[in-house]
Amino acid sequence: MDDERNMTNEKSIIKTRNLNLFYENFHALIDITMEIPEQNITAIIGPSGCGKSTLLRVFNRMNDVIEGVRMEGEVDIDGQNILDPAVDMVALRKKVGMVFQRPNPFPLSIFDNITFGLEIHRLTQKKNFEVIVEHFLEQVLLWDDLKDKLHKSALSLSLEQQQRLCIARALTLNPEIILMDEPCSALDPIATMRIEELMQELKKEYSIVIVTHNMQQAARASDYTGYLYLGRLIEFGVTSQIFTAPREKLTENYISGRFG
Amino acid sequence: MNYRAHKLKEAVIEKIILLSGITSIVIVLLIFIFLLKEGLSLFSSVSIKDFIMGRNWYPISNPPQYGILPLIMGSILVTVGAAVLSIPVGIGSALYIAEIAPQKTREILKAGIELLAAIPSVVIGFIGMITLSPLIKNLFHLPTGLTALSGAITLAFMAMPTIVSIAEDAITAVPRQYRDAAMAMGATRWQTTWRIVAHAARPGMIAALMLGIGRVIGETMAVMMVTGNAALIPHSILQPVRTLTATIAAEMGESVQGGSHYAALFAIGIVLFIITFLINGVADIYLHRNRKKGLK
Repeated sequence: MDDERNMTNEKSIIKTRNLNLFYENFHALIDITMEIPEQNITAIIGPSGCGKSTLLRVFNRMNDVIEGVRMEGEVDIDGQNILDPAVDMVALRKKVGMVFQRPNPFPLSIFDNITFGLEIHRLTQKKNFEVIVEHFLEQVLLWDDLKDKLHKSALSLSLEQQQRLCIARALTLNPEIILMDEPCSALDPIATMRIEELMQELKKEYSIVIVTHNMQQAARASDYTGYLYLGRLIEFGVTSQIFTAPREKLTENYISGRFG
Repeated sequence: MNYRAHKLKEAVIEKIILLSGITSIVIVLLIFIFLLKEGLSLFSSVSIKDFIMGRNWYPISNPPQYGILPLIMGSILVTVGAAVLSIPVGIGSALYIAEIAPQKTREILKAGIELLAAIPSVVIGFIGMITLSPLIKNLFHLPTGLTALSGAITLAFMAMPTIVSIAEDAITAVPRQYRDAAMAMGATRWQTTWRIVAHAARPGMIAALMLGIGRVIGETMAVMMVTGNAALIPHSILQPVRTLTATIAAEMGESVQGGSHYAALFAIGIVLFIITFLINGVADIYLHRNRKKGLK
């Protein structure tokens, strides 16, 4: 497949070039070249085990904890190849936030969940915390519901609220990119819809990359879509085009529900 | 089996479980009642104040004096000393084993610590007596190495396996997702361990500490062998002391059953019982409060 067709006209925030990833001898990501556009929502779809979560975790180097992982190629964020061994991991992860599949707020109070990142990176003085907590809870539309119970455990919240809190927690570091790994798979349809609405708000300021195996979600919520199959990026393009007129037969088979 | 037989079986099993539950409570109650029955008779001749606050423990002089303040001080000194030594080391090794050590090191360390827990206390006391007390004697130029410090160090060794293995279980039980979340926020390993993992594991770690300290307070044999057994109010940790437990063990054989000395030893038992009860109570209140506030 030629690389030209995986490009977009927009300014891109993440560029991968011939990215290959191996778990021991298993070739999990094969020759992935793509450009993820800035301030858009980019969905990565594909059947289970195709490597979509692995790809997402390349962007904040979360795969590094797994033993036997090896990466080749280039992943460019802000002009820096983040696969470079000398890359500052703390700085990278401040720039690239992540929201996980299962809401995973810390077993701390709601307030402390928001301030965790501020404290560890010493982003501001303690006296500003209250204002900041309010700001970020506003941004994920939790403030009105939670303002009277900020010191309650975050684990007492509903799953949707927990996931919103996790999004707010990621925002506190002022990231450029937010990676979302199936962020709605633990939520009911109404909550899913509301998280998707939130994503639309967030893309005004942040670039979002979302992994999902819910194709309707990709079609509804994303601007660009990449289809990953057996570790290869089969097709990448504007979401409406991918879902109405896929260029590749494999993509068509998947989105029309013939398998997956 | 038909439905009725099933129900009967269920009911029988339920009753058996209920019975075992009640049995343990009843036994504890019986022990306490027995202690009270044997011990309280002392207070017809000695006031509670003289017993607790009395500075002299001369059970076989004439008239006998039953002041247990030196013994209480001895127990406190040894216990606090052991806690100060074993808590940081215990929590530290639990964190190391659970969070940092590579798989192989972890398995070796865990096995070693479990082995340490299996050493009989008399053996630890023996080793303390032979190796530790000469060392302390020479190090501080003391007339004797059998001191509160020797007791504290010996007991710290005995509390450590309990603290390490229970705290390590609590730390390992912290779900991976918290670590992932912290790591994805750019937290260093230390920040993740200290602020998130240790926090989430706190109730379990407190339980570990309490059980460790409980073991120290109740320990008799080892402490008897290394503390010198002088029933004097200690002015420093480098003096010989005698603990409540050691007093009971050492003197029970020579006291006359039903006599006032005998009653005084049981009264010491009551005091120990109350202390343990208080420690458990405090731990319980703390854990409960923690849960209510949602781990905050």
